[in-house]
Amino acid sequence: MSDEMPILSMKGITKVFPGVKALSDVDFRLFKGEVHAIMGQNGAGKSTLVKVLTGVHEHDSGEILLEGRPIRPDSPLAAQKLGISTVYQEINLCPNLSVAENIFVGRQPMRFAGIDWKTLNRRAEEILKRLNIAIDVTQILSSYSIAIQQMVAIARVLDISSKILILDEPTSSLDETEVEQLFKVIRSLRDEGLAILFITHFLDQTYQISDRITILKNGEFVGEFRTEALPKLDLIAKMLGKELSEFSFAMGSDERKKAFALVSKDAKNLLKVKGLGLRGSIAPFDLDLNEGDVLGLAGLLGSGRTEMARLIFGIDGANQGEIQIKGKKATISAPRGAMMAGMGFCSEDRKHEGTFAELTVRENLILALQARNGILKYIPTRKQLEIADELIRSLDIKTPSANNEASQLSGGNQQKVMLARWLATNPIILILDEPTRGIDVGAKLEIMELILNLSQKGMGVIFISSEFEEVVRCSNRIVVLKDKAKIAELSGDDMNESRIMQTIAGGK
Amino acid sequence: MSRKLLVNSRNLPVLVTLGLFILMFGLGSIAFTGFFSVQNFFNLFIDNAYLLILAVGMTFVIISGGIDLSVGSMLALSTMISSSLVEKSHLSPIIVIPVVLLVGTALGVFMGYLIQTFALPPFIITLAGLYLARGLCYVVSIDTIGIEDSFFKAAAHSQIAIIGKNFLSTSAVIALVVVLIGVYVSRFTKFGRTVYAIGGSEQSALLMGLPVARTKIAIYALSGFCSALAGIVFTFYTLSGYALDGKGMELDAIATVVIGGTLLTGGVGNILGTVLGVLVYGIIQVLIVFQGTLNSWWTRIVIGFLVFVFCILQRLFESRKRRTAGPASSGHSKT
Amino acid sequence: MALWRSLNRSKIVWPLITLGALLLFNLFFTPHFFRMEIIEGHLFGNLIDILKNAAPIMLLAIGLTLVIATHGIDISVGSVVAISAGVVAILIGGDLAGHPKYPIAVAMIAALLVSTAAGMWNGMLVSRVGMQPIIATLILFVAGRGIAMVFTNAMVIWLYAKPFALLGQGYVLGLPFSIYIVAFVLLVTSIFTRKTAVGLFIEAVGINPTAARFSGINAKNIVFWCYTFSGFCAGVSGLIVCSTIMSADGNNAGNLFELDAILAVVLGGTSLSGGKFYLLGSMVGALIIQTLTTTIYAFNVAPEISQVVKALVVYAVSLLQSEVFRSKIAGVFARKELSA
Repeated sequence: MSDEMPILSMKGITKVFPGVKALSDVDFRLFKGEVHAIMGQNGAGKSTLVKVLTGVHEHDSGEILLEGRPIRPDSPLAAQKLGISTVYQEINLCPNLSVAENIFVGRQPMRFAGIDWKTLNRRAEEILKRLNIAIDVTQILSSYSIAIQQMVAIARVLDISSKILILDEPTSSLDETEVEQLFKVIRSLRDEGLAILFITHFLDQTYQISDRITILKNGEFVGEFRTEALPKLDLIAKMLGKELSEFSFAMGSDERKKAFALVSKDAKNLLKVKGLGLRGSIAPFDLDLNEGDVLGLAGLLGSGRTEMARLIFGIDGANQGEIQIKGKKATISAPRGAMMAGMGFCSEDRKHEGTFAELTVRENLILALQARNGILKYIPTRKQLEIADELIRSLDIKTPSANNEASQLSGGNQQKVMLARWLATNPIILILDEPTRGIDVGAKLEIMELILNLSQKGMGVIFISSEFEEVVRCSNRIVVLKDKAKIAELSGDDMNESRIMQTIAGGK
Repeated sequence: MSRKLLVNSRNLPVLVTLGLFILMFGLGSIAFTGFFSVQNFFNLFIDNAYLLILAVGMTFVIISGGIDLSVGSMLALSTMISSSLVEKSHLSPIIVIPVVLLVGTALGVFMGYLIQTFALPPFIITLAGLYLARGLCYVVSIDTIGIEDSFFKAAAHSQIAIIGKNFLSTSAVIALVVVLIGVYVSRFTKFGRTVYAIGGSEQSALLMGLPVARTKIAIYALSGFCSALAGIVFTFYTLSGYALDGKGMELDAIATVVIGGTLLTGGVGNILGTVLGVLVYGIIQVLIVFQGTLNSWWTRIVIGFLVFVFCILQRLFESRKRRTAGPASSGHSKT
Repeated sequence: MALWRSLNRSKIVWPLITLGALLLFNLFFTPHFFRMEIIEGHLFGNLIDILKNAAPIMLLAIGLTLVIATHGIDISVGSVVAISAGVVAILIGGDLAGHPKYPIAVAMIAALLVSTAAGMWNGMLVSRVGMQPIIATLILFVAGRGIAMVFTNAMVIWLYAKPFALLGQGYVLGLPFSIYIVAFVLLVTSIFTRKTAVGLFIEAVGINPTAARFSGINAKNIVFWCYTFSGFCAGVSGLIVCSTIMSADGNNAGNLFELDAILAVVLGGTSLSGGKFYLLGSMVGALIIQTLTTTIYAFNVAPEISQVVKALVVYAVSLLQSEVFRSKIAGVFARKELSA
């Protein structure tokens, strides 16, 4: 990156939607040969800024200069034509077409007789080789992992036009090896002179890959910094506008002892798992959960944390091992059985496994409780409202009324609704899979507080998070997973991020 | 790099269909004298030419993730219009045939436009199309119209020798030409590949800049065209126009497409598989005729059973595929 | 503007308006449409005909509403009607003196059992085997009519037991008996779905089946019983159809019924993608279809033309239900406001 003119310059961009000013006089610059990250909480305006750049929205005022010339893309296709390529989190390719065809669909090389498949396949191979990928391009896309699919998506957009590459949350579904692969590709593209805009929630990755960071807060431009000159805590502080001392991302052992004071040696055992496993899903494991425990499951993506939770909750059926609830053997073959035994489960995929968009907030909240009551004992609407209002209050769920459709809630509030739904059933064991993913830091802290509160009330909580520091903060014991197996259990002073990472690196 | 014809999980359903056909042909040849003959094989094409043409159009629609329930009624409407124009208005077939094809295509465009532009469910729109076309049949004429025209008669009785004395009819030849064009379009044209793309993930296709709207309308136009052409071919067969023709044919077309290995969820399938599906359909009917004592309604039951078996196969194939991580595209719902 | 918006949101309004518009049209343009006479103690007239002819479809629509609410579909109901009619006709049969082969009650129960079993078959395929509903019910659609034809040996079966005629041809308090059957089934279904958690569970399963399962709802059972119930409703409908003409025709009984029933549900406001459902709306939808047909008869237009009109009505209603269409229209009005 040199001190020349930026290839892209956005000045004074303002975008207003009915009722909310998403962007207010925001500046942004992007240079050739750099990786530039945009950071901010939810509502900061990151995605709106990108949408303005990629033609999904048109800005109300300000200007965008590409290579010195003003542009105003009015559609993603127009943006693409100008040289702005985007790869989204959901890989927008066709799973049923071959890899090669995905790269070329819509612009296949033609012969007089029709599509020239030979050339198409050959060129696809060449393009992927530039990204250091050697795969059979005639196989259909869905037979490859998400990481590979993402590379194919990148290969496609770069082949079409390559002035600016925007990567929107590219690493959400990748494990560490795959992230490193992707970063290698990004670095080599950067070194070739490509301008790359990188959007991510992961702090660590931002520091690993980006050269500069632009911070937005509440639709306003906070600052642009060189990554190496910006300490992590400064970044977070600027994103939140808060002081450093308000955070305690790591708990000292005294603090932890205080937080988990109620977890005594006499705490009753709630859950005892012996040798539970499922071939192809996770190796047999043992687990113990007592009253007041918060058991953190730590591991990299793909290590088997969700698989473990799904086995315990009966979503997947184990083919060996047993589960004991409160000392008695329990056959859990379906979520309903788990619920009746006193368990609750918040899935990591809110949209497809959690929220009922067209039902009211009230109905979303009482659903599990109703399922527990059974078909005949219907909770009358008045009582439903009572329960709903109580839950809305205690979890601070932001909704105009309990009778609004759940689809109108923000991501963080939908997360809270899912959580509240299970709290209403008074479970003795609560499994939370990534409850803090994709929500703003404020809501994250609320949820982590809530988990500690629940444990103090005697509930046993299993807490899964990709952020090791969250796991360390909230748990009194940590189970470490790697490659679809449990490899260790940490407690006491061993509970810190570096110990977790050492265990994963050194274990098996 | 050449395309391999692999015995992999994707081709399995089609291979099963092929095996089924060979099995049935074999069983018939053993059980009945006179069954095993080239002409008997050719007759499958002659007797089911109309179904083959319908099924080719239907294959494209289903691959794109849609469905077209109007094809049987459109076939009937085509027979009505062509017989009426030829016999009552005394127009020459040279004018009539293009007119009929145009009407079919236009109705297809109409339905495709509604489905695409207003995001209406294909099931409902083509269902209404079924009513519409059937009703229009009666507007043309309530009674059967017999065709005396010489061109049609010639087409009906023509025999084109292929191997020795074994012949195909004009209709069969037309059907085979349609099949060949279908294979070419699906494999070698951008339009055909866009159909597959839409079937795989319409959202991705849109974001990739493919002309989704145009293509979707064109798919239903194509189906309408095929229905009209199938109707013309049907009049060569029956030499009449009858408003109750084609009742339930859309189901037959869908069944043959499914048996041919095309997934009803979209994105997967091919024309050759459909041809096999039609052959299987045809041979079941022939077997029942040769058997002599069974009610011809048994065809329905057997076809229903086969659809059942193939759908189970598709289910197994799909659930094994879901284990692999893939982009969020849960297939298409027709409704 | 606010009134428009709140009307727009209440799902029963549009079906009622459509029905009202049809009746209004008849008020002005069809002579004697609303005339009712009392002959032999029964009410006669177009309105009564509408109720009588709509009854079989209304029954189907009750079961279908629940199935569609689970984001499913059942296109086999017409064939099941034929099977049910065939079973009851063969079992009752009888001689010209009116003596049934088997007691009427036994025959009816047998027919209902067979139909319910057909529904269970569909339910099994969808909930246990996991097939897409249109495919699963396609099988019985294709095979079912074949079964009915094989069962009745492709002949029309006549039956002669007089009491059976009450179902489809009888009148109570001046109204057709079949309407009472519909009302009864409707009432029981409404109470069961709204006064217990079943309705909420059905909607949850239709909106997000995975989340429903995770929330502890036995989604598989809910889906299974919805299809079973649909089969049962088709069975009752078949009894009425058979009773109306005192015969069973495997080829024509229930012909195109599934299409009418699905249309009725869609017209009534329940979305084909499942979720919230409106039983009353489906009843109004069935009445709309029947009123349309009767209107056309009253104009002495060839009855087959009614199909064309039905198609156009479907297109019109679909457009009205389409978000895209409505926002385009709203856009037109907004622009007019701006330019005014």
